Amino acid sequence: MQSENILKMEGICKTFPGVKALDMVDFALRKGEIHALMGENGAGKSTLIKVITGVYEKDAGQIVLDGNPIDLRSPQEAQNSGIGTVYQEITLCPNLTVAENMFIGRGRNPFVQWKQMNEKASQLLDSLGIPASPTQELTSCSLAIQQMIAIARAVDMDCKILILDEPTSSLDEDEVNKLFELMGELKDRGVGIIFITHFLEQVYEITDRITVLRNGKLVGEYETSSLSQIELVSKMMGKALDDVTKIKKHEPKKSATNVPVFEAKALSSDAGVRPFDFTIQKGEVNGFAGLLGSGRSESARAIFAADKVTGGEIRMNGKKVKIKAPIEAMKRGIGYLPEDRKGDGIIADLSVRDNIILAFQVMKGFFRPISRKQAEEFADEYVKTLKIKTPTINTPIKSLSGGNQQKVILARWLLTHPMYLILDEPTRGIDVGTKVEIQKLVIKLAGEGMSLTFISSEIDEMLRTCSRLIIMKDREIVGELNGTDLTENDVMHVIAQGGE
Amino acid sequence: MKTMTPFNIWKNISGSKLFFSFAALVSIFLFDLIFIPNFFAIQLRDGNLYGNVIDIMRSASTVCILAIGMTLVIATGGVDLSVGAVMAISASVAALMMNPYVMAKTLSAETQRLINDPTFTFAPFGSVIIAALVVAVICGLWNGILVAYFNIPAMVATLILMISGRGIAQLITNGIRIQIFYEPFSYIANLWLIIPLPIYIVAFMLVLTWFLTRKTAMGMFIESVGANSRSSFYSGLDEKFIKLLVYAFCGFCAGVAGLIASSNIKTSDANNIGLLLELDAILAVVIGGNMMSGGRFTLLGSVIGALVMQATKISMYNLGVPANAVMAIQGAVVLFVILFYSKQVREF
Repeated sequence: MQSENILKMEGICKTFPGVKALDMVDFALRKGEIHALMGENGAGKSTLIKVITGVYEKDAGQIVLDGNPIDLRSPQEAQNSGIGTVYQEITLCPNLTVAENMFIGRGRNPFVQWKQMNEKASQLLDSLGIPASPTQELTSCSLAIQQMIAIARAVDMDCKILILDEPTSSLDEDEVNKLFELMGELKDRGVGIIFITHFLEQVYEITDRITVLRNGKLVGEYETSSLSQIELVSKMMGKALDDVTKIKKHEPKKSATNVPVFEAKALSSDAGVRPFDFTIQKGEVNGFAGLLGSGRSESARAIFAADKVTGGEIRMNGKKVKIKAPIEAMKRGIGYLPEDRKGDGIIADLSVRDNIILAFQVMKGFFRPISRKQAEEFADEYVKTLKIKTPTINTPIKSLSGGNQQKVILARWLLTHPMYLILDEPTRGIDVGTKVEIQKLVIKLAGEGMSLTFISSEIDEMLRTCSRLIIMKDREIVGELNGTDLTENDVMHVIAQGGE
Repeated sequence: MKTMTPFNIWKNISGSKLFFSFAALVSIFLFDLIFIPNFFAIQLRDGNLYGNVIDIMRSASTVCILAIGMTLVIATGGVDLSVGAVMAISASVAALMMNPYVMAKTLSAETQRLINDPTFTFAPFGSVIIAALVVAVICGLWNGILVAYFNIPAMVATLILMISGRGIAQLITNGIRIQIFYEPFSYIANLWLIIPLPIYIVAFMLVLTWFLTRKTAMGMFIESVGANSRSSFYSGLDEKFIKLLVYAFCGFCAGVAGLIASSNIKTSDANNIGLLLELDAILAVVIGGNMMSGGRFTLLGSVIGALVMQATKISMYNLGVPANAVMAIQGAVVLFVILFYSKQVREF
């Protein structure tokens, strides 16, 4: 250890009802280093951060800050002990000025000394090289500047530890560089920075060390320079990487005489995916693989026109079509099961029956209602074939378990009889039994001639279902793997090396 | 199979959305039965019925109709504060079309005579009604555009028309309270066909709205948009257009209510017609068991809610409680019903 630890956490445990979110996790942060905290969704990153910042109380373990054991009970306490946090969504007040944002809620003086405040803010902004004026409104600054102001606020509160949670996800390249400059400046001042991001490149650009979590457990702590991207990806995904480094040969493509069911050329949307080409044949199951934030969902959403399509050309069964809204995609035979089941999938207060018939009813239009009897028949049919566990079809969907909710949403799309169905993380947060059922269903549907795109964070389940994987990274397609005997190594290699 | 134990039956009934509003109405009537002699007495005069119960239904008619429209707006997760002002606008339009001469400075003897003729109207009666309702629908569309397409919070968007609407109504009639002498117009609120016409209008509006929402898929779409507009979008619904329709329909309801209110007093009174009725309508919806956050809705519940408030008022008048105190008692009744919807109180 060439440098002293400013923060040392040992044996941290945190249990939520039914889930062990953190299990004996150790974490150490040195003075003046940038330390990446890595892991897939649900790995425990945010729980760990919330323990550090006092949002959650730990069940067991010890936190030592600057040599003193501490027991934080609120974010306020954490702030006072020198732990500053900047979240992905900027939590400042958009309508106040820059200076007000930097000093709001600090100090006990009930009167504001405007002049003094603005002068102090101006000094601080200058010293950190942030191009903003203390008296301008926060909303008039770009997102990057706002991000930096949040950081400046934390710095001015004498923070010894700065936690940056996905600060770069909404910034462009220039802005990221400016942010990195600021981070470098703080590092030189001896601040310990915890950096959370999904962008692997950025980890290698700026961090000194990496701690990887998986399923609430510590995988390990590594020097960034001695951990290759492939190893990092495999550690995050939890699959041992064997030493074979060559990528398996691509299987020969299917005969191209078939007209693809769906074909996109240079499709792009306002959600930031780079224009991409994509085709899918009748009865094919393919998958978008990649880490979270790689653009796999955004691509699917562009196909379904859930985001505003900004360019490109679409052909269905060889015919050129324009798709500008989800309803148009549905009428052309495309279905999309969204990633966020709770926010974008279920309609919590409505019954299982209504949730099942919704999309089909929307396609028919409101003046051609599905009769109650017919709706019940549809619902009964899908409850039976998909084995949905629900007391009755009139039960509100919110009282079902996650897996059964997801089956209801699947039923919603199957009822529209799509030619092409996109499933975005259909198995996330679902018990293993249901996962397997959904995978089997996907294969069965493909056998019946439906084309499907299956998106998942779990590579092995995509390998089980997909005959072709499209690998995405940093919002662009970096590779494509064909064949029935792909391995996870193949996929991880492409993710780690692709785009270079 | 579930057995029908008394407990289960009780659970089924008390779990129904209509239970608490209906129970409140029944309790008020029970109170009347015990404490007010002859409260339920109904007289038959010239083949028509008169009495307290008829009075309650007749005087609740405007709020009932507003509440029907408001139910749908609230089901989408919004609110419409402008319905009172839209009532005034529709009343002003109707009055001006029947009697535009009040705007003139001097009148010939002939027009003077015409104005006071109960069979005279400047524009045909049918066109008066249609024009008033069309203007009301335009007001609703305005609200809908602001809320759905400009993403202005419903409370703010409809507040604009709530405030400016009364000004617009004043502008239409040049600030004059136009007296309406045309006899058929006064029938809207004052004609008895065994029971008063407004009760038929409420029944018609209730059946019409029920038909439009429950016999088509519109009701489900409205609930779906209100419960989760993002999921609805991903299922292909045009949630903005549905909101627009709902606000337009709410405007239509306000127009109908405005005609009844002005017919009742035979004037266009831009300052007072529908004043604060938006709040009564919202309360009626809430008493009816609808959630302010949107989602599932019950039209009948809202109508019962409006009746609960009116029944309280008329019962108190019958007891001889002074008007000022009646408002406080009404507030207490509302509080009591609404407390029952709170999970904390029910599980207590």
